[in-house]
Amino acid sequence: MMSASKASRLGEEIWKTRIDKVNSELVVLTYGTIVAQLCKDFDSDYVEVNKQLDKMGYNIGLRLIEDYLAKSNTMRRCANFRETAEMIAKVGFKIFLNITPTITNWTSDSKQFSLVFDENPLADFVELPDDGRAQDELWFSNILCGVLRGALEMVQMQVEAHFISDVLRGNDTTEMRISLIRYIDDELPPEDD
Amino acid sequence: MSYYFAIIGTQDNPLFEYEFGTSKQGGDGQAHFNDQARHLNQFVLHSSLDIVEEVQWTNGQSYLKAIDKFFNNYISCFITGSNVKLLLLHQPPSSPGGGASGLGAAASTRSSTSIAANPTSPQTEEAVKNFFTEAYENYVKATMSPFYRANMEIRNPVFRARVVAAGRKYL
Repeated sequence: MMSASKASRLGEEIWKTRIDKVNSELVVLTYGTIVAQLCKDFDSDYVEVNKQLDKMGYNIGLRLIEDYLAKSNTMRRCANFRETAEMIAKVGFKIFLNITPTITNWTSDSKQFSLVFDENPLADFVELPDDGRAQDELWFSNILCGVLRGALEMVQMQVEAHFISDVLRGNDTTEMRISLIRYIDDELPPEDD
Repeated sequence: MSYYFAIIGTQDNPLFEYEFGTSKQGGDGQAHFNDQARHLNQFVLHSSLDIVEEVQWTNGQSYLKAIDKFFNNYISCFITGSNVKLLLLHQPPSSPGGGASGLGAAASTRSSTSIAANPTSPQTEEAVKNFFTEAYENYVKATMSPFYRANMEIRNPVFRARVVAAGRKYL
């Protein structure tokens, strides 16, 4: 099993050598505009906006996993879900967003954990609309949940991910909860009799 | 010393306003405008926009210093690259019996060297400049929020808190 420090060294190494960098404000403003436009298109129905962001992320994740595997040169499966968590936080987030969220709050069955984001590049400059609802309903960075869900699905893990707190809402931390639902069994080709 | 700070958008529309008092020399940070002056301040401030337009092309600076004076009210201006104006009206405490007159200001100029009582001194200019610079930085951040549209009123509480802090720090 890959140890935590090895994972963070790997993430650091890939970030330094194999990643094209892009101006962070470009990313921030583009993502912010997408969210703001969704809010406008759906008439500030934030529940629907969350859903749309998750769906967009899911479609990104389905394809992004290939890029992740190629860049990290991963040739084998994680031994368990704890290792998966390490790789997500220390390699995945590191190489795509240059952040390393903290893994915490494991349940005893090792099927649920939290990622705590000390910094969130997507949310720079952002102030949620003060219409009295956005603070309670909108998960601004919800696209990340979809990305994880999509990416893990492609490597035979069905997960459920959602935010449970966000500094943009005035919470002390930004925390995402990820639960493993099941390992998707390889589908056997239909037997030809 | 009482201050009235306003940000004026490119269509000469107000984006933000905030009234406060000095926190230096034992000031309580509260504005001491009387009710009449409170209404008048907005007019005084907006009427100085004409002067801003005259002065803004004379030098390439953002900070235009004190550009206008209406009785005991001094207006300082900071103009941004996109023609948004940060305006600060400062009203030195009127001297006893002097009321809100130019004469009162002259009397207090002699009696004290504090930035509060001396609206045209270099120290005051510097303090106002620092205040503007900090307010401007925060204004830029506020406008970068994806939910903000150009020339929209700034209702962001974080921005207001930072302006309050800047006022307390420098003025």
